[in-house]
Amino acid sequence: MRGPFKFAALALTALAFALVAAPLPAEYGDVVLNKRSEKEGVRPVVFPHWFHRIRFRCVVCHDELGFRMRAGANDVLMKDIIDGKFCGMCHNNQIAWGAERCDLCHSGKPGQQSHIVGGHETMGPGRW
Amino acid sequence: MLALGACGLAVAQIARQWSPLAKDGVHDPKSPALGLLQEPGEALSKLPPDTAGNQVAWVRALEEGTIEPRATLFRQAPMEVRDTDVLLNLKGSTPVVRFPHKPHTRWLACSNCHDQLFKKEPGSNVYSMERILQGEQCGVCHGAVAFPLTECNRCHSVPRRSPALAAPGAGR
Repeated sequence: MRGPFKFAALALTALAFALVAAPLPAEYGDVVLNKRSEKEGVRPVVFPHWFHRIRFRCVVCHDELGFRMRAGANDVLMKDIIDGKFCGMCHNNQIAWGAERCDLCHSGKPGQQSHIVGGHETMGPGRW
Repeated sequence: MLALGACGLAVAQIARQWSPLAKDGVHDPKSPALGLLQEPGEALSKLPPDTAGNQVAWVRALEEGTIEPRATLFRQAPMEVRDTDVLLNLKGSTPVVRFPHKPHTRWLACSNCHDQLFKKEPGSNVYSMERILQGEQCGVCHGAVAFPLTECNRCHSVPRRSPALAAPGAGR
């Protein structure tokens, strides 16, 4: 195929992909937390790693705040957050919105189990 | 060639898309938070590109100062950045793994990995891709928040015949 035609063909293919592409997945690293949320009558929590890591290095939450690095492994109660522990270290109306803005964190689609988006089952050779 | 290059760039631009929160399958489309929460595309499109994960080269973003994430909230201690590389998998058949402490210690504290995940003494850890793929060892982060396990060559990056392997202290 000659240059210009090749260009047109590639451009059309790209366009076709863009138009027919499957729905995009949630962001890599998004954590859904639903150990208690729905039982307590609120939506599951969605924690976006991408948003937080722009502003804080991993060490802040995973060392200073004491979050274990495993989705669903941390027992976090709303009481802890209101008392200034875990998320409440920042979500206190000083650094970020406070605990009374329930819906901003509890924004997940109902019916999900606690999990992290990504993982070997969706992104790696484990499924190949 | 130029046209092809331009087209490649266009494809890359098209490929770098982020799902709107309302359609990402994780958020409730009926949640009142949508419209208030920042959309991934708004933030991530401004960061250095990558082909995997969030499509953001996070280490580069930090190195180049595109982002300036805080290292502490209240603690006074600075980050303990360590600039040593460790060569691993010296007896395997796949390319040798070069583990660079530097980018890791710019994000994390020593205690995040040592000694729960890895012992400090050289040669004292037994690594297993099976365990990594199950979310243990390197897989605690790689496959979840750091670049995924599809990117073999980023860790298995030193060819077996590389002069680097003959250097004194290699593999320590």
